[in-house]
Amino acid sequence: MIRRQVERILGLGAALGLLVGLYAGFIYAPADAAQGEVQRLMYLHVPLILVSYLAFFVVFVASVLYLWRRHRQHDAIARSSAEIGVLFTALSIAVGSIWGRPTWGAWWTWDARLTTTAILLLMFLGYLMLRALVDDPLRGATFCAVLGIIGFLDVPIIHMSVVWWRTLHQPASILRPGPSMVAMDMQVALYSNVVAFGLLYVYLLIKRLQIEGAREELFRLQMELLG
Amino acid sequence: MTFARMVLAIAWKDLVVEWRDRESITAMCFFAFLVLFLFNFALGGDQTLIRGAASGLLWLAFAFTAVLGLARSVQGELANDCLDGLLLYPAEREAIFLGKLCGSFSVILLVELISFPIFAVLYNMDIWSQLPKLLLITVPATLGFATAGTLLSTMTVGLRAREAMLPFLLFPMTIPLILSAVRGTEVILRREAFELAMPWLKLMAAFDVLFLVGSLLTFELLVEE
Repeated sequence: MIRRQVERILGLGAALGLLVGLYAGFIYAPADAAQGEVQRLMYLHVPLILVSYLAFFVVFVASVLYLWRRHRQHDAIARSSAEIGVLFTALSIAVGSIWGRPTWGAWWTWDARLTTTAILLLMFLGYLMLRALVDDPLRGATFCAVLGIIGFLDVPIIHMSVVWWRTLHQPASILRPGPSMVAMDMQVALYSNVVAFGLLYVYLLIKRLQIEGAREELFRLQMELLG
Repeated sequence: MTFARMVLAIAWKDLVVEWRDRESITAMCFFAFLVLFLFNFALGGDQTLIRGAASGLLWLAFAFTAVLGLARSVQGELANDCLDGLLLYPAEREAIFLGKLCGSFSVILLVELISFPIFAVLYNMDIWSQLPKLLLITVPATLGFATAGTLLSTMTVGLRAREAMLPFLLFPMTIPLILSAVRGTEVILRREAFELAMPWLKLMAAFDVLFLVGSLLTFELLVEE
């Protein structure tokens, strides 16, 4: 029952953390001098993308472990983490887009970082689609493990190529607010949200793994009944 | 038999099959021609615009064409359980992968070589004096594309939606290659100093090495029963 306890604490921690994060982001931290209230979206945007990077890294590690040890659990972790990662990346892009419209005057620009993030999202959407399309679950697990590893190794190359592509020819196009000194209360708001979303990720991952476990149990029972 | 001869034997088998019906090559060449032809309409016949975009259009045409060939290369093995037969062939899995890779690579490269004159004529480009430099870009780009494509088409060949899935997985992954090839070709077509293409060549080399090693390490896992 320790597991249930840990899970409950994690869930409560995530909920509390998100509340604190909301308070810190919307009320405690001051509005940005240059961008005004819209800058507060950053407190959602940055944690979402950081956590999705973490999620994809977990996919990579779990994929390596799966190919090495062949434990079903590792595959379940990779799959669940990829789903959460895709969700968080998509949300982060959406939030960033809402921020970009008033700030940059466009929903989307082909900035290096935006482009690599979009490619990452596309790659892991492909990962999830591949999994949905392979009928044999064991084969699907192996295919996706290979894809997870190769895709993850490809990410630095994609990053490099896109950064070169964007900077070799038009260095001024990277629209980034300069590395100004970030105020202390803003940092507090940002980090509390990063922690909160990190907790949320772990909680969602555990929940998702439970669903996976329940599904396997159901399958086993069906097989038993059918003989 | 040595490892190299096993690889060559498999590649030779694929090329003979291809030569006997010439279906892939004809379809791919025609497709490349069609894409290059259609881009002209998409850009409204604006000559300056077309010249500026030429290298991008060329490589998009090659990327689409290569996907056609890659899908067929592995799919051909499904008929009459050829894949099982191939796996029974007394060779390491790495040799089978490299053999298939060599086969696809040769076919795609041949189609690209045939497409160059069509491109030169349709887009009014003088590429003949630049051909050796152009090949320096084309060969590594095609190698990387064929490597990633052979690995991914092995994954997608048994799927219901394989026609859609192969490009969906392949294109995002090969963006570094397509990008480098486009930029490299641009440098050459504009007659700029070749040093400007060097970073892109290095990038392609890194991609090729990484994908070759990655594929050789993981191919066995994909085909095992």
